[in-house]
Amino acid sequence: MKTIQIKGVSKVYGHTKALDKVDIDIESNRIYGLLGRNGAGKTTLLNLMTNRIFPTEGEVIIDGERVYENDKVLGNIFYMAEKNLYPEDERVRNIYKWTKEFYPSFDMVYAEDLSEKFGLDLKKKVKSLSTGYASIFKAIAALASNTDIVLFDEPVLGLDANHRDMFYKELIANYSERPKTMIISTHLIEEVSSVIEEAIIIKEGKLILKQSVEELLSGAYVVSGETSRVDKYIQGKKCIGIEVLGSFKSATVFEAVNNKDKVLAEELQVEFAKAELQKVFIDLTN
Amino acid sequence: MLIDFNSEKPIYLQLAEAIEDNILKGIFEEETQIVSTTEISVKYRINPATAGKGVNVLVDEGVLYKKRGLGMFVSSGAKKKILEKRRNSFYEEYVQSLLEEAAKLSISKEDIVKMIVGGNRIEDNSNKGSK
Repeated sequence: MKTIQIKGVSKVYGHTKALDKVDIDIESNRIYGLLGRNGAGKTTLLNLMTNRIFPTEGEVIIDGERVYENDKVLGNIFYMAEKNLYPEDERVRNIYKWTKEFYPSFDMVYAEDLSEKFGLDLKKKVKSLSTGYASIFKAIAALASNTDIVLFDEPVLGLDANHRDMFYKELIANYSERPKTMIISTHLIEEVSSVIEEAIIIKEGKLILKQSVEELLSGAYVVSGETSRVDKYIQGKKCIGIEVLGSFKSATVFEAVNNKDKVLAEELQVEFAKAELQKVFIDLTN
Repeated sequence: MLIDFNSEKPIYLQLAEAIEDNILKGIFEEETQIVSTTEISVKYRINPATAGKGVNVLVDEGVLYKKRGLGMFVSSGAKKKILEKRRNSFYEEYVQSLLEEAAKLSISKEDIVKMIVGGNRIEDNSNKGSK
């Protein structure tokens, strides 16, 4: 069981505050989605969790121990970075062999099996892999690592729709076989919304929300109709986003619908629709 | 089984209903094993906790039961239980919305009965209805 505690963590680069006093408790054996716009601080957060960079203030604690230069803790986290950090001239198979040296739990048979499924040629050199296959190669290393914590930074970058679908299915199968803590940082929110259990949303270096996807979506909806009627409906409600198209307006309301709302909607002839995670995300981070 | 990710219904409830449908249709028979939660989550790409929640709804209702180390089985009497539950909610779930829509369109209750019995579309009777 590995829980991750991010305690009052800030990271400053020159004049930029990449992360600003972030507190997050990550429970073990769940699949999390780390969501944020470009430059929100997602990668910085993942880098801090794996001791690749050091916090300006605060600390990251895993299972009661600080990660700072802690090999025991770090040996149990696998980080699939978005950038390629592997030697370009090396062949995929050799890199998998080395991975086994650093992560004794690495499952070579499973890695070979996945490589065959995805059509990844183990004899190829890292530098000759396409963007999609470079992602597949790193994602396979992460899935086969068998560590208690696996972090994915944009795992499906450059993958076609079929391969993305395969990746998510393999990830779920992997998790079901041996539950672990997985954090997936991604831009493709709608795709992961059914895969992740909880969403962590960060904006401009600050945590703005950490909630189960189901709760998040049952606590938000879209209301639409003629502009003045929608305006009347959303009065006094927590509205997080508005779109106008001529005399038509749709608004995202960040509250659960109650019976009174339903009656009011009927009266005003405005319609309800489900709020999708992507929509809620855009509205919250705009 | 179909899961509609755009539906307003939470995924776990949709899953529970889809399993119930399969029991009603006789695809999952009583006292036989159903597909595992893992298979469901992988096939439909849904979080295993969500799939587990859907299955647990049915375990709580006595429709499914867990056999340790083996998996999930359909309880005997499950079909009857589901039938009763669905019949009880049939009015709220189907008839009420039918009547509401019919009222908006000025279709009388008699015409609805005619449609159900005769199975055909009704002629334009908007004059009759708006009286």
